[in-house]
Order: sequence, then structure tokens, then C-alpha cells
Amino acid sequence: MTTPNIAGRQQYRHFLVLAVFAFGLLVLLWRVVDLQWFDRSFLQGQADARHLRTVSLPAHRGMITDRNGEPLAVSTPVDSVWANPQELVPAREYLQALARILELDIDYLQRLLGRRADREFVYLRRHVPPATAAQVRALDAPGVYLQREYRRYYPDGEVVAHVIGFTDIDDRGQEGLELAYDDWLSGADGAKRVLKDGRHHVIADVELIRPASPGKDLRLSIDRRIQYQAYRELKSAVRRHRASSGSVVVLDAVTGEVLAMVNQPSFNPNNRHAIQPGAVRNRAVTDVLEPGSTMKPFTIAAALQSGRYDRDSTVNTAPGYYRVGRNTVRDEHDNGRLDLAGVIRKSSNVGASKIALSLPPEQMWQVYSGAGFGTSVGTGFPGEVSGVLASHHRWQQIEQATLAFGYGISVTPLQLARAYGLLANEGRLMPVSFLHQEEAPRGRPVLDPAAVRSVRRMMEDVVSDRGTAPLARVPGYRVAGKTGTVHKATAGGYAEDRYNALFVGMAPASDPRLVVAVVINDPRGEDYFGGKVAGPVFSRVMSGALRLLNLAPDGESAPRQDVPAPLLRQAAAGGPA
Amino acid sequence: MEINPGSGTRRTLMQRLHLDGMLLVGLLALCALGLVVLYSASGQSEAVLNRQLIRLGLAFVVMFVVAQIPPSLLHRWTPWLFSAGVGLLVAVLVMGDVGKGAQRWLDLGVIRFQPSEVMKLLVPMMIAWFLADARLPPDGRRLLGAGLLIIVPTVLIARQPDLGTSLLIASAGFFVLFLAGLSWRLLAGLGVLAGALLPVLWYFMHDYQRQRVITFLNPEQDPLGAGYHIIQSKIAIGSGGLYGKGWLNGTQSHLEFLPERSTDFIFAVLAEEFGLVGVLLLLGVYAFILLRGLYLATRAQDTFTRLLGGSLSLTFFVYLIVNTGMVTGLLPVVGLPLPLVSYGGTSMVTLLAGFGMLMSIHTHRRLLQS
Repeated sequence: MTTPNIAGRQQYRHFLVLAVFAFGLLVLLWRVVDLQWFDRSFLQGQADARHLRTVSLPAHRGMITDRNGEPLAVSTPVDSVWANPQELVPAREYLQALARILELDIDYLQRLLGRRADREFVYLRRHVPPATAAQVRALDAPGVYLQREYRRYYPDGEVVAHVIGFTDIDDRGQEGLELAYDDWLSGADGAKRVLKDGRHHVIADVELIRPASPGKDLRLSIDRRIQYQAYRELKSAVRRHRASSGSVVVLDAVTGEVLAMVNQPSFNPNNRHAIQPGAVRNRAVTDVLEPGSTMKPFTIAAALQSGRYDRDSTVNTAPGYYRVGRNTVRDEHDNGRLDLAGVIRKSSNVGASKIALSLPPEQMWQVYSGAGFGTSVGTGFPGEVSGVLASHHRWQQIEQATLAFGYGISVTPLQLARAYGLLANEGRLMPVSFLHQEEAPRGRPVLDPAAVRSVRRMMEDVVSDRGTAPLARVPGYRVAGKTGTVHKATAGGYAEDRYNALFVGMAPASDPRLVVAVVINDPRGEDYFGGKVAGPVFSRVMSGALRLLNLAPDGESAPRQDVPAPLLRQAAAGGPA
Repeated sequence: MEINPGSGTRRTLMQRLHLDGMLLVGLLALCALGLVVLYSASGQSEAVLNRQLIRLGLAFVVMFVVAQIPPSLLHRWTPWLFSAGVGLLVAVLVMGDVGKGAQRWLDLGVIRFQPSEVMKLLVPMMIAWFLADARLPPDGRRLLGAGLLIIVPTVLIARQPDLGTSLLIASAGFFVLFLAGLSWRLLAGLGVLAGALLPVLWYFMHDYQRQRVITFLNPEQDPLGAGYHIIQSKIAIGSGGLYGKGWLNGTQSHLEFLPERSTDFIFAVLAEEFGLVGVLLLLGVYAFILLRGLYLATRAQDTFTRLLGGSLSLTFFVYLIVNTGMVTGLLPVVGLPLPLVSYGGTSMVTLLAGFGMLMSIHTHRRLLQS
């Protein structure tokens, strides 16, 4: 071993060992430099891609309130539970507990995950209560996450359901004003960058990319208190008369605001599992009907405006029917000779027909059309229809005659209320709105104010003892209105024994502020006359609204027969002390 | 020459303690650096740090004790120790504890013990003992015998299965053969044989071992499964860049993307947080220890200690290359810790015991000469 040969070899081996050693270190070094210098930007990007995530900041939807700020639709934060099947499926031991917490069938859960096994996202259960969310969080099962969402809640349930509409589970407007003002109400989700660890837990916020901007609130013209009364009265009337449906519209005649709008049947927007078909329809704007006798005030207004008639003009309605070509227009009784007020009070079809036929079609059409019939109310409410008013060029005589008492034309209850607003507001047609108006819009003059005042005066007779709707009276206030009892149009023509019962009116008649339109569709009880079926609803809704709005009584305090005297004395003395 | 002539008393003290000052400084520097990285890799766990400190203390005590044993005594014990070691390996296969899917541990009641660890020292000792008796370079019969002495423990450990350790043991034995003067022809022949045996090895491999090789060849094939470790590790190292993300600021490691970050993959944590600068520092310390170890081996007094010392140093080097090669994606994933840095006790004790032998070889030689 000490021979030069061996020593030389040893020397050589030392060198070789050092060379291998150096080579190993150099290869390693090259690798590290390669990773940390040449590939660093790519690998840094990869690192960021692993732990930097953009997460969405859910924005809540704007609140819908009534005109006084009472909430009608609010968003409450809830959590939805979702899973990444790729992470959850391997963790079988958690499934049982998860199914129990979420109140899901274990088989269903397994099938759900099995179906989406190759995906990375599946909702397990949406909108869970806070307690459930806390349990899910505590379980901390791999691949199970919570997502903050907002659930829409409607405090008044079915009372305002048709007007408000509702949203779907993803918080998008589906019906009603929720749909019409979806863009306004929807918030814009924000985004932030967060630091996430390898188990998808958020460790820290890195930066706010865009704050969540919540949706804007919407202040409606609806008065929740009036809405409640209208809902209650309509519901009980529809039930009492076994009607198939009904609508009530309360309009502020001065501002054009809708103060209340209810329909029957209604639905609970908070629990839409058991909704009857058709119950979702806001019939007051989506359904048309023939207005019948509620049309007559406009016929009379046209007559007065034409100059051919004045308040003292009379028309002979004997013998209670009137031939127009091959058709016959009939009244209930032979009312003999009637003045214009009488035509309205007695609701004479013959009188209205004769007047209409004595006027040029174009003049008639201008009044009807000016009152908004045949044109959309323009509220933008989803499903709003405009009804049909045929052009006067195509009118036959019989059509001109029947239009005068409201057949051969279709209107929505809202259109009817708007048209009566014209009579209430000195002939000005107001734009109708579901939103609270800071100041009254100007409106468009359509009818001669003097003619309108005359017609209104005549319409006050309707609720007199001699009129068709004494039950529509409101104690302490003067009421002007008109009944309608309309044969329902069916597939085979007009049904003999099926009716729509209407009453549209306004108060206080000396300077009207409110218009209430009541439509009861197909009452199957003993009563079917507009004055008897719709009139009492009008009376109660109107009286409640007048009281709520503190409108000064303008009526004579002549005691009504059905009101006990002591009560009236108290009222006259300024209410119960 | 390696000791400052000015510190005469210190020199005497170190020699009396049978320690090598430079090697000790290098080892302490490495352990200190390791603790700094481990503190970050463990998520600033003081408990982990304390346990590692206790293990290190224990390992240094073992090193100190081993350094006191004269090489002649080691030489005399070697065959008995080796036989006992092989016996323990058999015992492990028969009645060992199963930990993480492999049968490596022997429960001795008081302590749990990995016989394969001790073999890392005993195999080079045995081969050195076996070859040092005869003339060098060894003749064919000797080589055959030495080959057998290497293969038996290697196969026993590979059966546990512990590929990393069996590889280390085989290379430790091989280094002794190499240093003893294996002829180039034989070396080339062994190379060819190894190449030819690779398919056979493949056949004997466990599925997970085969998977590791496949993953090594193409980690992106299964990025969420088998390739996950190596992809995350490469990203951690690369995203460190030149100066790193700073201590405690490694995102890959702290956000739990990097697996085994305080044990086998701790190199990636260092690279991510301290960048290329940190890696160079670490490799510098390793190189210093290695060179010092090799130097001590060349200065050894007789063939046994010389072969043993050289083999121990080179095994340490293999440790380093296999671990860093694995973490950087150069080599397949083999479960070997980064020596003296990774969290975990057993390898630390054997490594420092080996350095204790090196110190003993060096210091006893000098004493004998004087």
C-alpha cells in the first residue's frame, strides 16, 4: 500500500472522489439556479395561483319599502352549503354526519355526489338556517364549504305579493316589481383577493378588488295600511260571494300613485311550494274585462263635452229596450224619460246607447281613448296589458251603442281606476306609478273640467238611496262612483247567469283625492249586482283610506240607517274622548 | 495545519476531548441553520423546536461518546456488531412494528428503534474490516465476499420496505470497495450489471415504489396525486427566487401546499424563504463538512479507518444529493431526510455517530503519533 503504484492510484482515487463530489454539487446547484433564476417568474406565478384566490363578495339586494318606509321586501344573509365531490367523496366517514346536519337522506347525498364525482362543485343544500351553517362549519368535513347568500323575505306575505312579486333562489327578480326593477334592486357583487391554504381555508385578505355595492332601495307608492285593508276586505268579499277572483286598486287621483293593489287569489311569496296556478297573476294589470256600466260616466262626459247635451237634457228610455239594427239594447226596467243624471243613477243602457248614437263616433272615441282605454297604463309592470278599444273607423252602430255601456271593450282594473282618476282630477289624466312621487306630476288635460264636475255630481246620486249602490256610501264623506254588473263573456257568447261585479268611485266628491276600483269576478252567491257585491268593499276600503290619510269629511252628517245613533254622536263630538 | 497555532490550550482541550474543532463548528453551523428553517417549516412551533433540540443534544452526546472509542476497539467489535445488526434486521421483518406502511421499527419496550439506521454505520465498518485484513486492491474472492456482505443487509432493508436506506447502505458499502481500489474494469462491469438488473429491480418493487419512479419521470401526469409533492416542491423552490420570500413568509410551505415540509421537503422551505442565497449558504456548509470529513479520512492511520472514514463522508454526501435531488425533482421521491436539518431523530443520531467515528479516527491517530 505504500508502493508508489498504490499511492499513485490512491491519489487518483482522491481526485476522482473530489470530482464526483464536485460534479454532484454542481448538478444540484445548476438545478437550483435553473429553478430559482430562470424559471422563477413562472414558478412564482404558479405559487400565487395556488394560494391567491379571487372570491366574490355577495351584494345584498335593495330593500323595497312602502311609501312610509315600512319594509315590504328585505334581504337577510343566509348560507348555502356546497361541496367539491372530488374532496368529499373520499372522506366517507363524514357523509353520515353531514346528511344528518343537512337533513338529507344519506342515499340521496351519496347519489348526488356520485353523479357529480368528476366535478368540483355541487350544492348540497341552499339557504340553510344559521344554526345548520354553524354545525356544518364545526364538522369541518373536507370539501364542504359555505357560501354566503341572501334570501329575500317578504314580511307582509301574500298581502302585497302581487305587487312586489318575488325573486328566485339566485336572488334575481322573477315577478312583479322585483322583476321590473331588477337592475335597480340588484347589487353588484364585489371581489377580493384572499390568501388560501392547501385546504381551501381563507387565511387572510390580501386586497379588495371591488367592494360589493348593495342594490338600491325602492320606495313604493303603496301605503301598507291601505293595502292591508284592501286585502282584508277583498278576501272576505271574494269568500262571502264565492267569487273566483277579484281585484281592488286604490289610486291617489292627484299624484297618480298606486296606494294599494290587491288581488284574490293570492299567494305567499315566502313559501312558494304550494302556489295555485294563476294565483301569482297580478290580475289588476294583467287581466282584462269588459267594464260594463262603469263606462257610462265617460259616455255622459262625451255628451256634455259635445255641447249637444246639458245637465237638464233628457232622453226617453221607454219602453226599456231599444232596437239598433238587428240587435236590441235592454234595461232592467222601463225607466221612462231620464235626465243625464238619471241615466247614470239608474244605469240605463238604453239611455246611454241613444246618447252615444246621437254623437259623432270620433268624438266618442276621443273621450274613451283620452281616458286611457286601449292604451297601456305604462307602469312597466311585467305582464301589463293595454286592453282593446277598437278604432272608431271600424265601429258599427251597434258597437257604438254597446261601447256606451261598456261592452265590446276590454280594460284592466288599473286602467279603469286611472280613467276614474280623470273624473276625480278635473279632466287631467295622471301618469300612474308604483313608485313614491316626491311631487305630483302635471298630468295631461283630456276632458273639459266643467263637464267632469257635472258628471261627478251625477255620480254622487249612484250611492243615494235611489241609486244602484247605496251600500257604497262612506259615512261623513261625499262619494261619487258607478256600479257595473257585467255579463261575463265566455266562449259561446255572454253568459246569462255569470257576472263581473264592479264598483269604481272616488271621494271626497267635493274635491276627490282617492279613486278605488273594485272588481269581483264571477260571484256565485245570491248577490251579483255591482252595487251589492263590490259596493260594500269600496265603502270599507275607501272609508279606511280616507281616515288613514286624514282627509277632511265633506259629507252631511245625515245619519245612515244602519249606523247606531250613539256612535254618530260620538263622531260628531270629535270621536271618543 | 488545520488548527490555529495561536490557540494552544484550545488545541489541547479539543484533542483531549477527541473532537475535531472545524468539523464540530461546521456541524453546529448546519444544525443552527436547520433549526432556523425548521422553526418556520413547523409553523413556528416551539414544541417541535424543543424536541429537535433535545434530539440534537442527544445526538451530539452520542457523537462525543463515539469519539472516545479508539478505532482499534471499533475494529475489534465490528464483526460482532455487524452480525447483531443483521440479526436485528431479520427480527424487524419477523416481529417489527408497522409505521406509515413500512415495517422498520423494533419495539424494545423502552425505546423504539430502527435497526436499519445502525446498519448505515455497520455496513461500511464491516466492509472496511473485511477488506483491510488483506492486500489491496482486493482480489476477486474478497470482492465477492464483500459484495455478499453488502447485499444481505441491503435486501433485508429493501424488504421492509425502505428503499432510501437500503440505497444508502449499498452505496456506503460500495464506497468502501471503491476506495479500496476497485479496478476500472470491474467498476464498468458493475455499472453494466446494475443497468441490466434495473428491470429485475422493477419487478421486485412495490407498487408505490414503481409509482414514484413513474411520477419522477413525469410528475405532471398526476398533479393532484403522486406528482403533487414534487410539483409543489419545485414551485416552492422556484418562487423563492434570488433572495427568497423572507423567513416565515413562504406561502407554499405555510399555506400547507408543500407536504412533509418539516421533514423530507424542508430544503424547499429553505429555498422558498431564503432563495438562491440561502441555498448557496446551506450547500457551502455541507461542502465544508464534507471536505473536512474527506480530509480527516485521508489523514487516517490505517486502512480500516481510512476506508471507513472515506465511506462515512461519501455516504453523508449521498444523503445530501439524494434528498436535494428528490426535492428539486432531479431524482425520484425516496424518503430520505436532509441530513441534520430535517425534523426527526434517528438519522441524526447515526449521522453524528459517524462523525464521532471520524473524529475518533483523527484524534486517536494524533495521540498515538505523539
